[in-house]
Amino acid sequence: MLKTFLFGIVLGILAAAGILYAYPAVDQQREASLVSVAPNGGTRETFHINIPMDRIMLGAPGQDEPVPPGLEWPGDRLLSSIRVELFKLRNARDAVVGVAARTAAQDGDATVIDWVLHLPARGSVFINMQAEPEEGGYRLGYFRAGAREFEPLSGFLTERWVSDTSGDEDAPAGRIELQAGYTSMQEQPE
Amino acid sequence: MKYVIALLLGLVAGIALFLAGLIFNPLMVERGLSPLSVTDAEVIALSFDRVASDNIVLTNDGESQQQPHPAKILQLWEAPIRQTTAMATVMRDARGQTAGIGIKFASRSEATRLLEGKALVDSVWYVYLPGRGSLFVRQNENYWPLLRDVAFPAYRSAADKWKGTWNGDMTAGPGALGTAAVTGGSGKLEGMSTIGIESLTVRAYSVDEGLVAAEGRLLIEIPDTGEDL
Repeated sequence: MLKTFLFGIVLGILAAAGILYAYPAVDQQREASLVSVAPNGGTRETFHINIPMDRIMLGAPGQDEPVPPGLEWPGDRLLSSIRVELFKLRNARDAVVGVAARTAAQDGDATVIDWVLHLPARGSVFINMQAEPEEGGYRLGYFRAGAREFEPLSGFLTERWVSDTSGDEDAPAGRIELQAGYTSMQEQPE
Repeated sequence: MKYVIALLLGLVAGIALFLAGLIFNPLMVERGLSPLSVTDAEVIALSFDRVASDNIVLTNDGESQQQPHPAKILQLWEAPIRQTTAMATVMRDARGQTAGIGIKFASRSEATRLLEGKALVDSVWYVYLPGRGSLFVRQNENYWPLLRDVAFPAYRSAADKWKGTWNGDMTAGPGALGTAAVTGGSGKLEGMSTIGIESLTVRAYSVDEGLVAAEGRLLIEIPDTGEDL
């Protein structure tokens, strides 16, 4: 019987090790990437944010109705010209695939607008936007850095506001449309 | 029958032995001194609150230990973001004065290998420091030492709580020396490429609420450019 007990101990150790080895402790849910090939090289991907449904936070001084309710924006003067927004990020199929942050700040004469897109199953990308919008009402920015899948990529991001025209009762007020263009570091556009 | 019972008892003992070995494994060595603590270069030292209710906002799937703050914030319940935490917090300088705003996105990493003592989290920081510019920090964090030294003793205690002082570097990569990769985005920091470390000091932990008294720090090495950053 002692031999059986000892055999059980060995079996238990092997079983626990095997289970930990074989089954992933973390398994992120993946949505298929909806990427299309761009005519001038590279690939394109479109994301959007439904407003107000996907807005997690709107942080700015002096708000009458803060988002989320109960938000207390720090009163420090240093932060008085900063506006921070957090969103859920959707793909072209309207499925939530990540989270995003948009920061707009006035620093002296300079306007800073930055995006960070974080897609848990793929990685993150940091984009520095131009202060002035282009003709056509969209703003353009370029990748500064990326993590994991986005690390070896360079590219651009455009943002534009698209108002809802459906007239549906439960429709969003509009959406922020983000179009990302990816190229590898080896084939950067001029 | 008695052989079946002996086998089952052995199995349970084996699993318990394995788990104890995993937690108290002497071969899982600490990384020791952070490379930034011995650098000659100047560093940007930022501190921030790690308790949910002390942040501007913190949200997750709503079922995690740390409760979202404020209570009515949108929760990250959709499957692709369910294992993600988003946080916005005030960053303070070494004198405790407000230095800027920090946003952190952290997701559990599929590279987690508990057998190797790696409970990994993929995280990124966006930090905006008025007058200086913006920074993007990407890193892998290892929560295993925190789980082993703080969370596990809390689970073992009758009160489900842990009190003491625990200091540790959370950053475990992607840099070869266990450092984070830092990129400057705008202002004086534009174009900067350097390394950083996130560390944590925990003073109280509760099984129900997670971190009860804790402070985080972000150390960013400043490359020698001759400019005053």
